[in-house]
Amino acid sequence: MYFKSLIILNTALFIVSCQKLVSPVIPEDELLVEPIEGLTSDELDRFHKGDEIFNRRFFTDETGLGPYFIATSCGSCHNGNGKGHPSNAITRFGQTDSTGNHYLDLGGPQLQNRALPGYVPESVPAGLPTMVSVAPINAGLGLLAALTDTQILANADPFDADNDSISGVPNRITPKSFFVPQAYHVTIGGKYIGRFGKKGSTVSLLEQVASAFNQDIGITSAFIPIEPGIINYTVNTEEVSLTDVLNVEFFLRTLRPPVQRNQTDSDVIAGRQLFTDIKCVKCHISEWTTGPNDIAALSYKTFYPYTDLLLHDMGPGLDDGYTEGTALTSEWRTPALWGLGLAKRAQGGTYFLLHDGRAHSIEEAILAHGGEAYLAKELYHGLSKDDKEKLIKFLESL
Amino acid sequence: MKQLNLVLSLLVLQLNLCAQSDSTTVKRIPVDTNKLIMNMDAVYNRPLLQLGRVPIAIGGYVESNSSYFATNGQTEGLSFQIPRLTFILSSSIKNRIKFLTEIEIADGGKNIGVDFAAMDITLHKLINLRGGIILNPIGSFNQNHDSPKWEFISRPISSTTIIPGVWNNVGFGIYGKIGDNNVVWGYEACITNGFDDRIIANDQSRTWLVSSKQNPDRFTNSFNGIPLLTAKTAIRHRTAGEIGISWMGGVYNKFEENGLTIDKQRRIDLIAFDFNTTLPKLNTHIEAEWVWVMIDVPSTYTQQFGDAQKGGFIDIIQPILHKNIFGWQDAILNLNWRTEFSDYNVGTFTETGENISDHIIAIIPGISFRPSTQTVIKANYRYHWQWDLFGNPPSRTAGFQFGFATYF
Repeated sequence: MYFKSLIILNTALFIVSCQKLVSPVIPEDELLVEPIEGLTSDELDRFHKGDEIFNRRFFTDETGLGPYFIATSCGSCHNGNGKGHPSNAITRFGQTDSTGNHYLDLGGPQLQNRALPGYVPESVPAGLPTMVSVAPINAGLGLLAALTDTQILANADPFDADNDSISGVPNRITPKSFFVPQAYHVTIGGKYIGRFGKKGSTVSLLEQVASAFNQDIGITSAFIPIEPGIINYTVNTEEVSLTDVLNVEFFLRTLRPPVQRNQTDSDVIAGRQLFTDIKCVKCHISEWTTGPNDIAALSYKTFYPYTDLLLHDMGPGLDDGYTEGTALTSEWRTPALWGLGLAKRAQGGTYFLLHDGRAHSIEEAILAHGGEAYLAKELYHGLSKDDKEKLIKFLESL
Repeated sequence: MKQLNLVLSLLVLQLNLCAQSDSTTVKRIPVDTNKLIMNMDAVYNRPLLQLGRVPIAIGGYVESNSSYFATNGQTEGLSFQIPRLTFILSSSIKNRIKFLTEIEIADGGKNIGVDFAAMDITLHKLINLRGGIILNPIGSFNQNHDSPKWEFISRPISSTTIIPGVWNNVGFGIYGKIGDNNVVWGYEACITNGFDDRIIANDQSRTWLVSSKQNPDRFTNSFNGIPLLTAKTAIRHRTAGEIGISWMGGVYNKFEENGLTIDKQRRIDLIAFDFNTTLPKLNTHIEAEWVWVMIDVPSTYTQQFGDAQKGGFIDIIQPILHKNIFGWQDAILNLNWRTEFSDYNVGTFTETGENISDHIIAIIPGISFRPSTQTVIKANYRYHWQWDLFGNPPSRTAGFQFGFATYF
């Protein structure tokens, strides 16, 4: 009896100590790796297949890397599905107005600044303006993709009819040949609303995925069978299968959006009110609701991305002289703010905010706003130190 | 299949010899404890069984363990492994000519390979020639890697992921030792086949020397025709211990194809220090190794592929009991501590000037019990922090390991 009790006691102690001594769990609301709630088992299977390719498939020259490329995997730039780091930023060049990119034969629009041994990487032709772009958080993209064009256009105000100095406009894009319009897309003269990318230059997630494989990693697919580089050439092999591309697209569609933290904190609540008071919310629209969707888990979902998916003139300070689609060089698509507070967790503990990572704090990013956001910036200026801290605390909770 | 047949044949040979021999004909070769044994002697410093007057000795070792680990709180539960079952066969072919082979069945038969198979010819104590599949003399662990000699269940990470231990190749070498009862100096040098461009073209997306071990042709062809050079020198003092310095270097990439130059020759160089000693009175044993790697990574590659790596470990083994335990004479109970570090990408980001991380730090307290010098039962706790390229909050892995390793 004594020994039996001793064994039970020791076993219990061992189990307890194991629980204590094994590594701590990362709070779920700090992770960007979970699928959206409500997926079927088949959908979860596709999610995990896409996750595997996105985050754990590293390409080599044997598996199709390059010869010209920027990164060797999707996860290289979207570390932990979070915001990117300047070391993996992409550079685009060759377009200064809506007439299109005139440097496609010189490697435009995207610079492949790395190459396999024996190949000389591309360089930007002298004197051309460039846009450097740090990868965005890729969680929650499926919900943004599920919005209808009509919903997006409802917030457009190209002639500033309400006289608030803010005139959001959609970027009109000619989609790639494999783009299949859905019922919720609205076309004008064969052009569609771009909602992905810093300039809103991509209409659908499938285009985004196939282009990223191709332009970022130098991987051909059935969708884009052309190797990128100075001398583009079509190859007969699919370096990534059609199924894999579709699985990655599915993964991105179903990756759960960032979860807001500290929602009940009084400072966060106050900061949220300040966000509205100083007009940030005019462009960074907080709440959206999806309509019907082929993935049930994305249907009729209310979510909080803090974007209007429209282009806004951000003033000369953020005018890089490069553009895409119908956007002006000073216009940027309002970036979603969800996950802003988690950015540092993927960027090595330092913020690299705005499109090119130039801002090292949220305040720096706010103060870089100009153009249509000038008023909001001035209102931020006028806040007390305490209120500024509350606003920042709210933004960090996103 | 051929390899499996070879292993089975060795097994049968062992069983037959043991069955045919009584205890007076099969005897363990006594280890001369008076001699100053160095790391370079590890290959032959094994408790093999001598078959009477037959000039053949056989033996081997096995290790098995269980582990329970969790990373960031997520665990896959308890698992059991048999990482290695190794057969060793040595033969004195003629006076001053000997042969030894070490055949390893790893992971329960998933991988079977020849770790070592070389003939040694002694011309002079300072001039010994070695040829075959040899262990490159880089650091200490690569040559002295038998699990029954180590008090921890896992091998040191820097010795297996920076130095791609156990790193063996086909080639030739020369070695020698000279000294007296108090001090011995030794050297080793060899030319072998070497690395290949898997170092920077691999599924780890980092500079990863281990990937070259996956090249199945490395025992039959040099990847680029340029041999890998390895050299080591070490000195051992009876009380102060042993210190060694070693270097391994060569060209890892294919720079010519059909006579055409396709790239410049890109070098890889490793420099390692190793040290071991036993403190007098306390009998505390200290074992340490540190390695630096310099790799000429094409400037056109991403910064994920580091052009420098470094890492090392220090083991502190403290015997706390040395007596008759459970009827085993001279049994030893040790308390152990290992600290280890591996940095796979030493440098700074061009764009930000910040340090590139991609490193691991681990601490491993443990306990080991040796009923005999040939057998060790080990238990340890392991906690390691792994930082990604950008130095984001590390993933934490922690857990327990229990296992044994024994020569047979």
